[in-house]
Amino acid sequence: MIRLTLRNLVARKVRLLMSALAVVLGVAFLSGVLVFSNGLQATFDQIIKGTTPSGLVRAEGSASFSAGEGGVSTATLSPQVAADLEALPEVARADGNVDGFGMHLLAKDGSLVGGGGPPTLAFNYVDTPNLAGEQILELSEGRWPTEPGEIALDGRAADNGDYQVGDQVRLIAPYGELERDVTLVGTADFAAGGMAGAVLIMFDTAGAQEIFLDGADAYTSISLTGADGVSQTELAEAAAAVLPDGFEAVTADVVIEESEDAIGAFLGVISTFLLVFAVIAVVVGGFIIVNTFAILVAQRSRELALLRALGASRRQVSRSVLFEALVMGVVASSVGILAGWALARGLAALLGAFGLEVAGSRLTLDAGVVAVSYAVGVGVTVLAAWIPARRAGRVAPVAAMRADSVAAPGSLRRRAWIGAGVLLIGAGLAAAGLLGAPGPSALWVGAAALLWLLTVAVISSVLGRPVLAACRALFSRTFGAPGRLAGENAMRDPRRTGATASALMIGLTLVSLIGVLASSLNRSIDDLIDADVTSDFIVQSATYMPFPAAIGDRLEEVDGVGPVSREQWVQASVDGESTFIAGYDALFTEIYRVEMVSGEPAISGHQALISDKTAEDRDFQLGDQVALTFPGGTQIDVTVAGVMEANNTLADVAVPLDLFAEAGLARQDNAVSILLADGADPEAVYDALKEAALGWPMIGVFDMGDLGEQIRGQVNQLLFLIYGLLALAIVIAVIGIVNTLGLSVIERTREIGLLRAIGMTRSQLRRMITGESVAVAVLGAVLGLGLGVLSGTLLQQALSDDLTSLGVPVGQLALFLAVAVVVGVLAAALPAARAARLDVLEAIATE
Amino acid sequence: MTTQTMAASAAHTTDLRKTYGSGAAQVKALDGVSLDLYAGQFTAIMGPSGSGKSTLMHCLAALDTPTAGEVVVDGVALATLKDKALTKLRRERIGFVFQAFNLVPTLTAEENILLPLTLAGRKPDPDWFELVVTTVGLGDRLGHRPSEMSGGQQQRVACARALISKPTIVFADEPTGNLDTISGGEVLGFLRRSVDEFDQTIVMVTHDAHAASYCDRVIFLADGRVVDELDSPDRDQILAHMTDLQEAALRRAGQAGALS
Repeated sequence: MIRLTLRNLVARKVRLLMSALAVVLGVAFLSGVLVFSNGLQATFDQIIKGTTPSGLVRAEGSASFSAGEGGVSTATLSPQVAADLEALPEVARADGNVDGFGMHLLAKDGSLVGGGGPPTLAFNYVDTPNLAGEQILELSEGRWPTEPGEIALDGRAADNGDYQVGDQVRLIAPYGELERDVTLVGTADFAAGGMAGAVLIMFDTAGAQEIFLDGADAYTSISLTGADGVSQTELAEAAAAVLPDGFEAVTADVVIEESEDAIGAFLGVISTFLLVFAVIAVVVGGFIIVNTFAILVAQRSRELALLRALGASRRQVSRSVLFEALVMGVVASSVGILAGWALARGLAALLGAFGLEVAGSRLTLDAGVVAVSYAVGVGVTVLAAWIPARRAGRVAPVAAMRADSVAAPGSLRRRAWIGAGVLLIGAGLAAAGLLGAPGPSALWVGAAALLWLLTVAVISSVLGRPVLAACRALFSRTFGAPGRLAGENAMRDPRRTGATASALMIGLTLVSLIGVLASSLNRSIDDLIDADVTSDFIVQSATYMPFPAAIGDRLEEVDGVGPVSREQWVQASVDGESTFIAGYDALFTEIYRVEMVSGEPAISGHQALISDKTAEDRDFQLGDQVALTFPGGTQIDVTVAGVMEANNTLADVAVPLDLFAEAGLARQDNAVSILLADGADPEAVYDALKEAALGWPMIGVFDMGDLGEQIRGQVNQLLFLIYGLLALAIVIAVIGIVNTLGLSVIERTREIGLLRAIGMTRSQLRRMITGESVAVAVLGAVLGLGLGVLSGTLLQQALSDDLTSLGVPVGQLALFLAVAVVVGVLAAALPAARAARLDVLEAIATE
Repeated sequence: MTTQTMAASAAHTTDLRKTYGSGAAQVKALDGVSLDLYAGQFTAIMGPSGSGKSTLMHCLAALDTPTAGEVVVDGVALATLKDKALTKLRRERIGFVFQAFNLVPTLTAEENILLPLTLAGRKPDPDWFELVVTTVGLGDRLGHRPSEMSGGQQQRVACARALISKPTIVFADEPTGNLDTISGGEVLGFLRRSVDEFDQTIVMVTHDAHAASYCDRVIFLADGRVVDELDSPDRDQILAHMTDLQEAALRRAGQAGALS
């Protein structure tokens, strides 16, 4: 039997190739994502290990690898502490570090180097070795900075900024003087290689102190190097004994673990995001395998019956089909894994172009990736072939003798009833979620949507009838006989058409679901800006990172500017739970309408406002004392002075802005809201503000119209990324259509010959096959768009706290339908050309 | 003989040759066939297996291209036509009845009958449709699909389709090959009537002497050549001829065997 199976595989290689391609693409995506995220992880691990000293003294509560968005402690260590540490017998050297966040490097043309992704790290250069005893940084060109006003950059940043050693470089500093012009004296890179896109700005110690510590002779942290034979723990314990209050000594292991956790969480989000799409692609591929094997089994039923008549058991016949699937799965997965590896390299090159470099040597196929990819690829193929294989086993031996070998298709009625039942269960879930069942209602609706998607995919053969009938009517009116025949052919085998359309439906359901959510989000943003953002202009950075407070000061001086409100966001622990809290200045409540549930909006001193949502969730009441713990470890108790009606512009917890200074945090702004002075011309002021902000490319000044535009742009960017990733699922679905049509053409060779003999022209024949393809594609699109819009609408209802308005992107949906038609036409190209090439005489003579 | 030469020619071939393969493996399926097919006649082409009768019909019906020689159908030399024009010719001037699998399974009997017209985008002549359908006796079966009809009914639908476009010539390739005697008789009777009543020209390839006995003229083919023909023969004459041909073929094969 095995030999026969292998023969079969070889004989039908072309037909199997297409469906194998579906598996190849799915597995390639999967293994590509795995290789890539492993490579990314390895790159970061290497950076972290290569840059960590044996021990570190730092302010308590400051986490490693924070990009500084949650507030930076201003606590410092005096040089005396470093001297004390160095005096310890366990300590070989103690080097003072001066670093900070919020530094920006401008390119020669005034644009921002590095941009929004990876951080810009600014620090004093010290030749502290890492825990392996190696140098962390390696000079590539020029020399190290030796006095204030000199810097070194990493080689890539210097290139991107178009700077040569010796050039004047402009920096935007987070504190003090905003613009700093310095001289580039050298370039240096991490000795371990790979920067992951970070921008490094290196000063000498005095230079860094001038920028971050206002010239004070102090350090923000101290790197420790142990004496010979002293372990990390011994080093940290010895250091702890001489530290002032508020500081801690941690081992390299702790620093590495913290950093890897932080990076891991970030990388986990990326790889989970990508893996979701890989799984979708694999599932869609599975549908195509089911269909291909079902068709192949149907076409071979006479041969299978002959085997049965010759004495093969049901199991032998089933197993021969399964074995065929197994071989195909193994071959396709192997190709897929290799393609995935190439894909990962491509992805790395693409991200490299955007500044996130992943070392090529880290993109390796390890045993885990290979095992997972084979398991998924082979598993899905064999599982998908299971039903057709069982059907193959059920072919009666007598079928070998019958002239017409088509196995009688079982009734679809049972399938329809069960499907209808499951759809109703889904509706029940959605209703329960929207009517207040426990837990997040979006989860209920999501579960319902998933259930619907799978059910519709299985019963599309039943649901599709009206759509196909409409296609048939439309086609026969517009294309005459070929159109009529196309419609008939699409309805001929409802299971086949249904399964083929389902593959496309899955992709389009997701596309339209995401489309509805994005459009709702855009509308909700407009609502929000219209209703709640009452300032005339907003200043913020594209990545919502904090920016120097000096920018607000300078903008306040622009002619025509009235009241200006500042807000800063800080990540702090609120009664033990980490929360983003906002600091509002006194003008904030003048500019923004804050609806109070109780208490007064104006706060000062140790007072806080909380949203009604937080009050309910955390059980806080007016007058309660709440403990806030800030980065750097300062704890301040505040009193709840008011409860606000939650809206999307307001924080869950707000304190007076000056509280942050008391908490020992560096002052920066996350947003600056600007009102016009009485009688000022909005256009003129807007132009003047934009003009003033030209030199600070990390922030933008927006009026309300442009703010909406800006946020919509970001939403759309994400939307297009998701569309791009879903495109693979659609490409695989197209392969499915090509495959099914190709097999149908082979099956109907005689009929095609007959049609040609009695006068169908080649172009009519092509039109007939294209019509069938379009009918299948339109079916997939109609089911997908319908389900997507329904699920998207229900999800919006479930999320109506944040997504306040429903948006149905009618234009986009129409475009998707048009794309489906185009997809249908393209998918038909190959099978149609093949059919048109058939020799009439041979076709008629085909058995 | 005189009446036949006076009758108009619906199609004719001149020195038609068709060879397959080359060198030692070369097979001459048609070896210089020149013949006239007269309008308004029911002609049978007979011959033993491998005599070239099917190839001849395929060349006449614009389904196959000869290696050499000329085919003229309704005054048009086929060699000059491209695929599109050939398709049009088949659609408008030629009707087909094959041995099996004549109908498109997704269409009803009526739609199958009208298919050549709908493909051409032409409207059927209702009187003619009515007449053809009544003649083949399918009035009550028009809404049925092929899978709901017997083999005989399917062949009658195929005959009706062949006639619907009032073609110059209808080619039937063993139209009764798959039918029982009674159904076959009905189909042959219908073909006969369409010649007698509608003045249709029909050419039928068959190896069944009984079927050929319905014809006005029987042309015998052997080894790719026309070897004989009979006018209005009866079954016994045809059988006798066939037996002669078979014996001649066996003799030649025997000589060839002796020579080698």
